[in-house]
Amino acid sequence: MSAEVQTKQAVMEMTPKSQDEKQNNQPMDGSAVLIQGLKDQGVEVIFGYPGGAVLPIYDALYKDPIPHVLARHEQGAIHAAEGYARVSGKPGVVIATSGPGATNLVTGITDAMMDSLPLVVFTGQVASTVIGTDAFQEADIIGITQPITKHNYQVRDVADLPRIIKEAFHIASTGRRGPVVVDIPKNVATEIFVTEEERTAEVNLPGYQPTTTPNYLQIQKAAEAIRFARKPLILAGAGVLHGQAMDELKTMVETKRIPVTNTLLGLGSIAGNHELFLGMAGMHGTYTANMAISECDLLINVGARFDDRLTGNLQTFAPHAKIIHIDIDPAEIGKNVPTEIPIVADSKEALQALLNQEFNAPDTEDWLAYLRCMQEEAPLWYNVDEHEFLPQEAIQMIHRITEGDAIVTTDVGQHQMWAAQYYSLNNPDFWVTSGGLGTMGFGFPAAIGAQIAKPDERVVAIVGDGGFQMTAQELSLLQELRIPVKVVILNNGALGMVRQWQETFYDERYSQSLIPVQPDFVKLAEAYDLKGYRITKKEDAEQIFREALLSDEPVLIDCRVKMLENVYPMVAPGKGLQEMIGVKSK
Amino acid sequence: MKRVITVTVINQSGVLNRVTGLLMKRQFNIESITVGHSEQTGMSKMTFIVNVEDERKIEQLLKQLQKQIDVIKVNDITDKAIVMRELALVKVVSPPHARSEINSIIEPFRATVIDSGKNVVTYQVTGAPEKIEAFIDLVKPYGIKELSRTGATAFTREIQKVNSPQLSILK
Repeated sequence: MSAEVQTKQAVMEMTPKSQDEKQNNQPMDGSAVLIQGLKDQGVEVIFGYPGGAVLPIYDALYKDPIPHVLARHEQGAIHAAEGYARVSGKPGVVIATSGPGATNLVTGITDAMMDSLPLVVFTGQVASTVIGTDAFQEADIIGITQPITKHNYQVRDVADLPRIIKEAFHIASTGRRGPVVVDIPKNVATEIFVTEEERTAEVNLPGYQPTTTPNYLQIQKAAEAIRFARKPLILAGAGVLHGQAMDELKTMVETKRIPVTNTLLGLGSIAGNHELFLGMAGMHGTYTANMAISECDLLINVGARFDDRLTGNLQTFAPHAKIIHIDIDPAEIGKNVPTEIPIVADSKEALQALLNQEFNAPDTEDWLAYLRCMQEEAPLWYNVDEHEFLPQEAIQMIHRITEGDAIVTTDVGQHQMWAAQYYSLNNPDFWVTSGGLGTMGFGFPAAIGAQIAKPDERVVAIVGDGGFQMTAQELSLLQELRIPVKVVILNNGALGMVRQWQETFYDERYSQSLIPVQPDFVKLAEAYDLKGYRITKKEDAEQIFREALLSDEPVLIDCRVKMLENVYPMVAPGKGLQEMIGVKSK
Repeated sequence: MKRVITVTVINQSGVLNRVTGLLMKRQFNIESITVGHSEQTGMSKMTFIVNVEDERKIEQLLKQLQKQIDVIKVNDITDKAIVMRELALVKVVSPPHARSEINSIIEPFRATVIDSGKNVVTYQVTGAPEKIEAFIDLVKPYGIKELSRTGATAFTREIQKVNSPQLSILK
């Protein structure tokens, strides 16, 4: 039996079989309405954790099952849902109980908000009669999540529930995607629900009409600007992936001969080995990508939000460029960088409209030749160490063995930057990383969600020893579901990025960033009945990686790497992109 | 600079919190805010006055407000022809011998006496915020015991001034 069939079955078998005859004519209570609503939305899997306030919901789920993944901590559940959403494009669904269950979701909700991931999160709440009395396990989750959600609801009346479920999914998965929280008091979950009219109530959101079609005049202006540019550059962000505009981007890049760079979250929107791809831009971007931004005369931003880690010092960002900014969220346009040609639209529709203009390609051959020279002159580099295994080598090795076809998830920090630099992606939506919020402990549970979304793909979680220990309890899920995620711990015994900044900006005062005492990760894996590997010698790495990564089983690899290695090149905080340090020319 | 912004919202619990929370999150200073029902059932109108540094900030504020699901319409009406009113209740120390003096100096403000006691009189004054401020400055020397302002509410006038086309003698 292949790995993917096993995974699917494992998830399916977790819940008992559905009762054959549905009580169609019997009145449903709030919980049954919720489960029915989720099925109507096509929900394939729920990530969750039960508790007092959601007992009625879990009881309904028992009677009328949807596959449910029982994470071992609510944070694990929500990061898994994020991984699922990022890879599948469908909203991730999470259920947690009131109070601590709900507050444990806060990091994941914020993470999804920052990275525009569609999530629908259901939290239990104490009964309406005791809301506001500081009841057991009561938390004002609506108040708490208001600034970190796209929208949130507290269901006051069971009659509103069917409409709210529809609205929550609609809001989460259209426009600029994002998390929606639906808070359900326990009594609402048990109230009986009758009328057909309420059950079939449609989405009613007069205040929510995202613009997806570009303004024709703006498209004309943009086409004109591209036509006459000499040094144009496309900056492709996550919006290209959210809008599934990869083909349009590729056509645009190739037919108009425009070089392209990515944001961290935009990686994969164009193949990593494309001849016109300059690599990632930003704080740890390639020299060529950052210099291209600094020197271009036209910057075409497709679905990126000019985040500070990308732009560096705004005063010196793209000083010579006219800026075209395509974004589905009007509030992102002009927020950080003044924009000459704003286009509020879905990335796919906007690029299609631009391509339909059928304008002549600008003459960019000199510009491309210049950039190619720069790429050859100042590529990514590291100094191979005679004895110690380098994290960059490890990632290149993983890349070679998986042939660039794996889904890669990461936490935040050095390993994330190295993965972004050295794991050149062949496929879109195969890159799952915590960008905006920079959440440690994200990568491993996200890999579980990604594997559930794409059971037949190889999923590699590249994490650091620090971040892994924040959500390591989810190893239970690998044990239980036999999900064949490959966990690679790039273990340098330090919080690498913190240590690097302390080395560079705090005179090597390594305050609380070195963690010499660690669990035996191999034994930890074995405790969960998983195969664990340890790489301590450079010479063994290739063979161990090959065996572990190509297996059909879940594995954990404790890969010991050099502690004092730094991520280069780098734009120091407050500096402009053109002031990179750690650039080495050949 | 001060901007006057009106926001039409769906009248739902928590909507005021959403709007003010957003302003706080994005570091905007609210000078005053008023909320109440509007002409449409189920809709409320908010008027607030904010202090912002530049055009970019105000544009960002309008866009962020517009993004809220419960927000139907956002307008920056500062540069329009508008009517704007605020109401203030001012309790002024006013012993009998000074009372007529105070009454005479506030007369141009068309403030009305709505309560009086042995030594204090409560005035109600309405008008644009500047007028209210002028009124307060005027009665301050007598001693203000209590002051309560509603914040400004506003909307655009029916007839907006249009720039009259240049009359040319050559035509």
